[in-house]
Amino acid sequence: MNHRPRTAAAAVAPMTFLAVLAGCSGSGGRTVVVDAAASLTPTFTALARQFQRAHPGVHIRLNFGGSDTLAAQITQGAPVDVFAAASTSTMQTVVHAHAASGSPQVFVRNQPELAVPPSNPAHINSLADSARAGVKLVLCAPTAPCGAAAQTVYRLARLTPHPVSEEPDVTSVLSKVELGEADVGMVYVTDVQAAGAEVKAVPIANADQTITSYPIVVTKQAADPADATAFVRYVRSAAGLRLLRGAGFLPP
Amino acid sequence: MTRGRRVPATLLVPAAVAAAFLLIPLLGLVVRAPWRQVGTQLQEHDVLTALRLSLECASIATALSLLVGVPLAWVLARVEFPGRGVLRALVTLPLVLPPVVGGVALFLGFGRNGLLGGALADIGVSLPFTTAGVVVAEAFVAMPFLVVAVEGSLLAMDARYDEAAATLGASRWFTFRTVTLPLLVPGIAAGGVLCWARALGEFGATITFAGNFPGTTQTMPLKVYLALQDKPDAAFVLSLLMLVVSITILLALRGRWLARWT
Repeated sequence: MNHRPRTAAAAVAPMTFLAVLAGCSGSGGRTVVVDAAASLTPTFTALARQFQRAHPGVHIRLNFGGSDTLAAQITQGAPVDVFAAASTSTMQTVVHAHAASGSPQVFVRNQPELAVPPSNPAHINSLADSARAGVKLVLCAPTAPCGAAAQTVYRLARLTPHPVSEEPDVTSVLSKVELGEADVGMVYVTDVQAAGAEVKAVPIANADQTITSYPIVVTKQAADPADATAFVRYVRSAAGLRLLRGAGFLPP
Repeated sequence: MTRGRRVPATLLVPAAVAAAFLLIPLLGLVVRAPWRQVGTQLQEHDVLTALRLSLECASIATALSLLVGVPLAWVLARVEFPGRGVLRALVTLPLVLPPVVGGVALFLGFGRNGLLGGALADIGVSLPFTTAGVVVAEAFVAMPFLVVAVEGSLLAMDARYDEAAATLGASRWFTFRTVTLPLLVPGIAAGGVLCWARALGEFGATITFAGNFPGTTQTMPLKVYLALQDKPDAAFVLSLLMLVVSITILLALRGRWLARWT
């Protein structure tokens, strides 16, 4: 029996396995990985498209989620080049972990708003209505910026909310309202605008007291700092701001 | 068995890679977890609540799966009817469906505006955002494991025992109770353990359909996910806890069920 081919064959399987794993992570060309808060999904998708058109050869890869989840991933070394958070406190996590290159700059602001299904089955017309017993209120988890903002809104209004669920990010809250499963959800003005006819807005009185700031920064682990900085500069430019304001964001 | 003879390298090397691949993360969890914080974490009210909720919901989901899943497996294995292959494929679909997709499907089936939403509301049942919703979500993703395992056992079983009972005058139900079921116990046990383990670890369908609220719907996997955001150490301890609980139950069940029949 010839043992050499058999040993060679034995090595093939693990080698192929590792090669496939390695191949999955590499990519040619200039790529900028951008982690952005869930509430920035439609706007950053559009901004990335415009940036790529103006800068051929650079590819923007977007990753949306709860800012606290994204911050945790970045501090644990995720290969992210740009981070756009929905609150200064989640950005502070990244700064404290020395993962930020330079100081974060606030590029837009946002305001909380209540969203209800178009038929408004629970007849929610004010913040107080949303805190009624028996209402299926869905909020973000307190660790996410939209959850922290929601807690502040209710605290300032001296109301105690009784949520039936605390979602990891604002998109999950919005989808529960769109599906008609939740009677009301606390999201941002921009989310309600982006959802169009899928939800109805219920403005919150004195919401201007709970305006949240969105900072953006290039990370220290950025593989391509030049392109990453160029993208951040584009987001903060007049063209970028015009697109963001069109979506309902407030200027910085 | 190749005990005593040289194990072929073609099999040994990939087997060692597979074992290492599966064991290294578990080893990492055991070695790197902050063991000293386990005591303080256990005392936190939310952790014990989440653990109790996880164990209760997984057990109820498994019990329900056994109740209706074993009969389904028997029908799929022993009854010939048109469309059997299609039905088999469809009921095992949750096995390959991404759990979050399962959660969305549950909304569209049992949610307020779902297919059965109106009927459920009429009898006063609302599943989303409730503990019952957690059980439903877990049963949805875990029952196919049980069905597949039991159906496999049935197909591998010698049907002549059932035929012998029939020729001796036993009714089908009597045969099922006294001949088929006892022979099926190892298969049901194996399927049940798989089902329970899958239900315990379910995340996507639970958080989508039942939501997340401490005490009602926040099971351990959800708690770990949220803890990872701001308190990674707490998440490590919770993960370690889940690992210990899972290993304990798996070992206990193995000893009890398989020792009698092997």
